[in-house]
Amino acid sequence: MWKFLHQLASPPHFYRLSIKFIPWLMLPAVVLIGYGFYGGLILAPPDYQQGDAFRIIYIHVPSAYLSMMAYMVMAIAGGIGLIWRMKLQHAVAAAVAPIGAAFTFLALATGSIWGRPMWGTWWEWGDPRMMSELILLFLYFGYMALRAAIDDTAKADKASAVLALVGAVNVPIIHFSVEWWNSLHQGQTVMKGAMDPEMLYPLLATIVGFTFLFGAMLLRRIRTEVLFRERRTRWVKEMILSEEGDK
Amino acid sequence: MDAFAMGDYGAYVWSCYALAAIVVIVSEWRARVRHKRVYRDIEVRIKALEDH
Amino acid sequence: MDTQREIPGIFAGMLAVIRRDLLLAWKRPGDMLNPLFFFAMVSTLFPLGTGPSAEQLEFSGPGVLWVAALLAMMVSLNTLFLQDHEDGSLDQLLVSPQPLPALALGKTIAHWITSGLPLVLVTPIVAVAYRMTVDVIGVLLLTLALGTVSLSLLGAVGAALTVGLHRATALLSLLILPLAMPILIVGAGAVSLAASGEGLSGGVFFLAAYAIGALSLAPFATAAALRISNE
Repeated sequence: MWKFLHQLASPPHFYRLSIKFIPWLMLPAVVLIGYGFYGGLILAPPDYQQGDAFRIIYIHVPSAYLSMMAYMVMAIAGGIGLIWRMKLQHAVAAAVAPIGAAFTFLALATGSIWGRPMWGTWWEWGDPRMMSELILLFLYFGYMALRAAIDDTAKADKASAVLALVGAVNVPIIHFSVEWWNSLHQGQTVMKGAMDPEMLYPLLATIVGFTFLFGAMLLRRIRTEVLFRERRTRWVKEMILSEEGDK
Repeated sequence: MDAFAMGDYGAYVWSCYALAAIVVIVSEWRARVRHKRVYRDIEVRIKALEDH
Repeated sequence: MDTQREIPGIFAGMLAVIRRDLLLAWKRPGDMLNPLFFFAMVSTLFPLGTGPSAEQLEFSGPGVLWVAALLAMMVSLNTLFLQDHEDGSLDQLLVSPQPLPALALGKTIAHWITSGLPLVLVTPIVAVAYRMTVDVIGVLLLTLALGTVSLSLLGAVGAALTVGLHRATALLSLLILPLAMPILIVGAGAVSLAASGEGLSGGVFFLAAYAIGALSLAPFATAAALRISNE
């Protein structure tokens, strides 16, 4: 078992093994999301307050959850790469950033669209969660901009790892501060309240399902990242020469 | 068709689902395109070196 | 013959860095005045844009002044390591026997003295123009003092990460702003509370805690970032 994990940390082994994992992640993703959407869109009754608009939750919550999880993955991978000097971890961090940003954008967009019928505005400056998501988006942009600005890959890896760690420490602080401010200015309350099991179970399914999807998307991007970083190594050369017409 | 209309909220709800689909599909597509490009570039370079 | 001189300790090293930076700033007052002018300009632009009515001013005062101070600090952060990077003193710092975090802290302290402190001192003048009463100004100064300390500390990390990069200015702003938002939110919020008669509030404690946290962590991050950018 340990040997397997140890091997997984080496780029060539990871590259070869990861292609097999992807279908095993996509399958649960499709099943869970499929059930979640079916349960959420068709089976669950309309909400007492929000009518059918609440069904946006099955997109919004998984996106928001993934946007934060992706950032944690980015920060932890960067930290491990920085402290233990593992090349693969830096590749993980680089690969996860655009995915995290995409889900953050999705969370913001769906949150805004959801807000329009609920609060009457496309944007509510006082809502702690939306503000935290917005700031998170800026954190992602800063991370990607820093990576892009540094030419040397190793240097970019380390610098962005430091940035991600500093940002990770700040994320809970950001959330807390916006909540405090919101309580001052009596902003509109967010979608809260207890949930019917009929609404909840599909939601859990979509959250887990989207996480599997995220994993599959991430693996694919890590593979590309690894391939690119290792492009001049012997194992890549041998692999390409021995495989004709593979992806 | 009632399911489709979503009680007047149809436009909002479905645009969110469409947006999600677009984000995931575009992200995956771009990732695959990039992977193919990286692979091809390496292949070309290696083949060129081999021919010497 | 005693040819071996004792290597200066941590504090001596830090003080030396502070003294040098203060001397350099004294010789080039332009660097210190830039952020102040920026602060004054932004504070002036807002009433021009939104109209000078008394209610408008009182209402927007805390937020506007805080944003202006934040932007002024951002302007000043660009030059934190730039000069040293260009003339080679940064390399000297990196190979000094004193611990780099201490030296980084020294630079940060000097930066606050030349940027944050003047800002805090100038603020009352502008605050009066915004029709703030004395007690509110007191809270404003306290929150600004704490906030600018945190900004200098955080900004040093960002400046260290971006030193020498192409378009470092814009990049630095992009990196720092998300991190600075909690400080802005709580700082301006606390002053608003004071303006509506609540006096000193929990926000001040938040800012103090943030500053202390930044003080204990940021120098290490700055040192790490300096090593990374200059290897």
